[in-house]
Amino acid sequence: MTQSFRDRIDLEMTVNGEEVELTVPAGRHLIDVLRLDLGLTGSHVGCEHGVCGACTLIVDGSAVRGCLTLAAQLQGCEVWTIEGLTEGGVIGDLQKAFVERNALQCGYCTPGMLASAKALIEADGVPSRETIREHMSGNYCRCTGYEAIVDAIETVARQRAGETEPQARSGATS
Amino acid sequence: MTIRFDDPNRPNSYIGRTVPRPNAGRLVAGRGRYVDDITLPRMVHVAFVRSPHAHARIGAIETGGAEALKGVLRVFTGRDLAEVCTPWEGKLLHLEGMKTPPQHPLALDRACWVGEPVVAVVGRTRADAEAGAALVEIDFGPLPAVTDIRTALDADTPVLHEALGDNLCFRKANEKGEVDRIFAEAHKVVEASFKTARHTGVTLEPRVILVDWNSGDGEMTAHVSNQAPHMLQVLLAGHLDIPESRVRVVCGDVGGSFGLKVHVYPDEVATAAIAKIMERPVKFTSDRMEAFISDIHARDHEATGRVALDETGKILGFDVDDWTGIGPYSIYPRTSAVEGLQVTNLIGGPYAFDHYRCRTSVVFQNKGICAQYRAVGHPVAVAITEGLVDKAAAEMGFDPIEIRRRNLVADDAYPLTTAAGLKLEGLSHHKSLDALVEAMDYAALRAEQKALREKGIHRGIGIASFIELTNPSPFMYGIGGARISAQDGCTVRMDPDGSVVALTGITEQGQGTEAIMAQIVAEAVGVSPQMVRIVTGDTRVTPFGGGTWASRGAGIGGEAALQAGRAVRGQALEVAASLLQAKAGDLDIRDGIIVDADTGEERLALSEVGRIVYFRGDTLPKGLPRELMQTRHFITSNYPYAFTNGVQASYVEVDTETGFVTLLKHWCVEDCGRIINPLLVDEQIRGGIVQGIGAALFEETCYDEEGQLLNGTMADYLVPMSGEMPDMIIRHVETPTEESELGAKGAGEAGTAGAPAAVMNAINDAIRPLGGAVTHMPFTPERILRALGTITD
Amino acid sequence: MKASIGGYAQAETVAHAIALLGEAGGEGRILAGGQSLVAALNLGTSEGDMLIDIAGIAALRGVKLDGDRLVIGALTRHCDLVRDPLVGEHAPLFAKAAPLVAHDAIRNRGTIGGSLAYADPAAEYPACAIALDAAIILEGPDGTREIPARDFFTGLFETARAEGEILTAITVPKAQDGERHVIREGTRRAGDYALAGLAVVMRDGRHRIGAFGLGDRPLLCQGAMAALDQGDVDGAVTALAQDVDPPSDAQASASYRRHLAGVLLRRIAADLGVAP
Repeated sequence: MTQSFRDRIDLEMTVNGEEVELTVPAGRHLIDVLRLDLGLTGSHVGCEHGVCGACTLIVDGSAVRGCLTLAAQLQGCEVWTIEGLTEGGVIGDLQKAFVERNALQCGYCTPGMLASAKALIEADGVPSRETIREHMSGNYCRCTGYEAIVDAIETVARQRAGETEPQARSGATS
Repeated sequence: MTIRFDDPNRPNSYIGRTVPRPNAGRLVAGRGRYVDDITLPRMVHVAFVRSPHAHARIGAIETGGAEALKGVLRVFTGRDLAEVCTPWEGKLLHLEGMKTPPQHPLALDRACWVGEPVVAVVGRTRADAEAGAALVEIDFGPLPAVTDIRTALDADTPVLHEALGDNLCFRKANEKGEVDRIFAEAHKVVEASFKTARHTGVTLEPRVILVDWNSGDGEMTAHVSNQAPHMLQVLLAGHLDIPESRVRVVCGDVGGSFGLKVHVYPDEVATAAIAKIMERPVKFTSDRMEAFISDIHARDHEATGRVALDETGKILGFDVDDWTGIGPYSIYPRTSAVEGLQVTNLIGGPYAFDHYRCRTSVVFQNKGICAQYRAVGHPVAVAITEGLVDKAAAEMGFDPIEIRRRNLVADDAYPLTTAAGLKLEGLSHHKSLDALVEAMDYAALRAEQKALREKGIHRGIGIASFIELTNPSPFMYGIGGARISAQDGCTVRMDPDGSVVALTGITEQGQGTEAIMAQIVAEAVGVSPQMVRIVTGDTRVTPFGGGTWASRGAGIGGEAALQAGRAVRGQALEVAASLLQAKAGDLDIRDGIIVDADTGEERLALSEVGRIVYFRGDTLPKGLPRELMQTRHFITSNYPYAFTNGVQASYVEVDTETGFVTLLKHWCVEDCGRIINPLLVDEQIRGGIVQGIGAALFEETCYDEEGQLLNGTMADYLVPMSGEMPDMIIRHVETPTEESELGAKGAGEAGTAGAPAAVMNAINDAIRPLGGAVTHMPFTPERILRALGTITD
Repeated sequence: MKASIGGYAQAETVAHAIALLGEAGGEGRILAGGQSLVAALNLGTSEGDMLIDIAGIAALRGVKLDGDRLVIGALTRHCDLVRDPLVGEHAPLFAKAAPLVAHDAIRNRGTIGGSLAYADPAAEYPACAIALDAAIILEGPDGTREIPARDFFTGLFETARAEGEILTAITVPKAQDGERHVIREGTRRAGDYALAGLAVVMRDGRHRIGAFGLGDRPLLCQGAMAALDQGDVDGAVTALAQDVDPPSDAQASASYRRHLAGVLLRRIAADLGVAP
């Protein structure tokens, strides 16, 4: 290794509103830094090749894949994980809708789903079901079959847009 | 007393209602505790060197490079672990003639599939362990690989395990009636071949186990993502020479299982063995790439089938020859023969006919091990059955609904034993089909299909009736000698504040076990579900049970909970009666209050009963029972299995130029007996349907002829994602089982059982006018165009 | 797997990055958005790399006009291409292609420069670049050079970029009045790599067709272009089958991909109003 290249990185960033300083292996991705170095185990590792979306979180306001982002690249960045989003109350309505609609079963995909859903609703107001399905198609869920997730997101999008009577779509189809 | 399920206004009527899941709030907040989230003091990580060959002799193993690497602590070969861990054989005594060789946690002399663990490297971190694994040198001597199912038994095919004589693991034929005569004389015989592709579970949380051995206590603790903690406890104890009582298995949050996590895996046993040797916590977290080559696969079936009918469209008999490849070993302890066995039981399941033959041949191959996966065997049997029925309908000019109406077992024909030998207690095929026709507005959909056809738009409607095996008795595994419990237990305890804790042997992997158990216990005791806490997945504290698989949680664990809750209620009422100088039979518990049963007048808070019992027992009459903790166990006894039934429909559009299929809508009418929580049942069905759609359209572990897996990443192995999945309409018919007071059967696998056949029939309905049909899953665009004759080379 | 790298350095400027590449002695890998490279590292397909992080180099950002060409900086992300007004006006093909790339979270970090340099034959941008008659700008120790896109992609994940060079930008001729851009692809699932795809530019009645997923590199389909210029859709489809050389893999055979390409071409011809 030459002098210019490092195998460990001194990193300063903001995680869930708290400034953190830590030294991490240069090749360690963000999810491992959050889970191993910071104890933030709410973010999950599902595939580590960017396909399953389980590790999706918010960096500088955008949804990103934690497994495809080296922590070394996040000097000075602002990272929000499910823990911080929960404490801040910014996705309380989405979380409530997910619980009410049973839009999660094992829950392993859910933190990533919520991050993706947050980004969608903030960008697209009241997206169509087709748009929700297309947008969320980067997040894998083996349990639900997705419909409940689409329903929950649609419900919250309508609520946030001030539609007091969200279209009655629920699992209560029986 | 009995529960008046027909009265939704009865007191404490929580069974049958949609109530939220008590554990969901924690999970949406990122407060789940999956095994990989757990860090223990002195914990180290293990990574495995896996065979890159489908079949190879293992020569010299050079571990020096790995051992010298900073961060690597120990390296173990198969011989090292064989000293502390005995091998296993996935056999069941009642499966006559079954063969499988001993399997070790790490391969000893031969590696038999790409992905078989050969060497274990322990490091301070997973990265350290992986770096060490990369430095292990193994002298492999490649051997010819057996990969094809149909030629596995041919004389010129190498024998995978010489000691077994041939590549046949198990063969069974199920026959009744005069099949040959009927098929020779029948008005109509329809034949087809079918393939269900080998695929895998892809639980989002890969397999993970964290084992500690505390030599001071002589106790092993395994935190593991698994569905059957007591099974694993018994097996780890047996193979690692530890008393059963000194193995504790803890299954906390599990990130999806679907049968994938109900088996014994060599790398997990190796992890436990290493923990025992190193006397410190060892964690193994499978990554996604090793998941594809080390998780169980399933459904690798090729079958030819035929159905005979008379001139009225009445089915006379089925005749099916099923072949399945299971990899090099039968899975332990459930065996890899059960999937094929289920096919021999389930063909023709929904229909009334007298002549039956189905043979399955279970063969060894040098591929990943196949085993039980959600809806074991069902999707295969349903696809064969419903594919044949639809083909017969088309050739005889019957509408798919009509041919089913003519052949489904009548709703009043039960109890009965089918030609395949299944004892059925009570099903509702016709009611379900009627409900489906109504829900999908079948006539309107057919009219729409016809109108669009004239515009060159090819849509199809596919129907699939099915039966589903749930609530298994010891006839499934216990009689074969496997220490897998078919009974289950529940302990219900009332605490001083009147709140209730229920400990159950069934487990939670997201289905909503905790929610339904809380509902059942709440109704049984007479408190609100919010007053009930559920404890699952810890062999140290829960009653000994089987766990959650084969859709047994609600039907078996639920009944135990109901009876245990009842018993606690009885004890609380007895104490209350003493305090109130009333008769226990005149009192009831409603929403945590002792009331007068007739008038509903509030007499005493349950918390007051708790206070007296726990703190002022001196004020109660001597000898008065005051056991506010009760355990009950339940096992089915009248029927080996509680069968459920249902029918699905799929509506698709096929782009006949590209072969792409668009799923427009999906319906399912399902009868799982008593429904405990409608929302949770609906979502089990929906999730199961999409898993079945995955099998129909996307999922296949593709191997080349040398046994190399070609698509072992999530970029290459396609799972269903939200973009392509349809909205699903779910309806129910309720035919409770009379085996239990609760009346619940299972609901976890119905979606997966029927969806592939429904999609297959829909695609074929769409393309039939163009000539051609698809029966080999997954139905890729290319396979569809080849069926249409668009692509021929 | 856990990524195993040789080292990491942040480049402040292009010159710095080039110097670091030299210092890395052949092991250097440029890290931009990381959406392909980090995946490759996690898959273990690449190890021991000396990562040179160029994400902080301001000069590589942004989209600007330079005479009759549009210059798109290498660090322009997929999500920028979707909404950048200059791209929308002068190179709408990229704006149409960007939403087809993977998913939102990938598009928020992945860059056009990274995609072009990675040269995945199934990726959209390389084919777009060829169809647009774009030029790739490379900077290295010996200065800056410009390579026509059709010469840049030399094989499977191979380009004309020399080891010491950095892809700094792509330039495309500004779209003319009446110019039409269409991209169509066949994917099993939204966001997947295409089984086959075509990016087509119709300029002054002439067509340029870039094919992806249909060879070991993005292909300029000259036979099909000539036929389409004549309004001969059938001839174009026939010629296209010769223009492409698709792979067979677990997803689809070469025959299927070739057929699918023909269907896509017919549909694009209809989009463009070319007489059938």
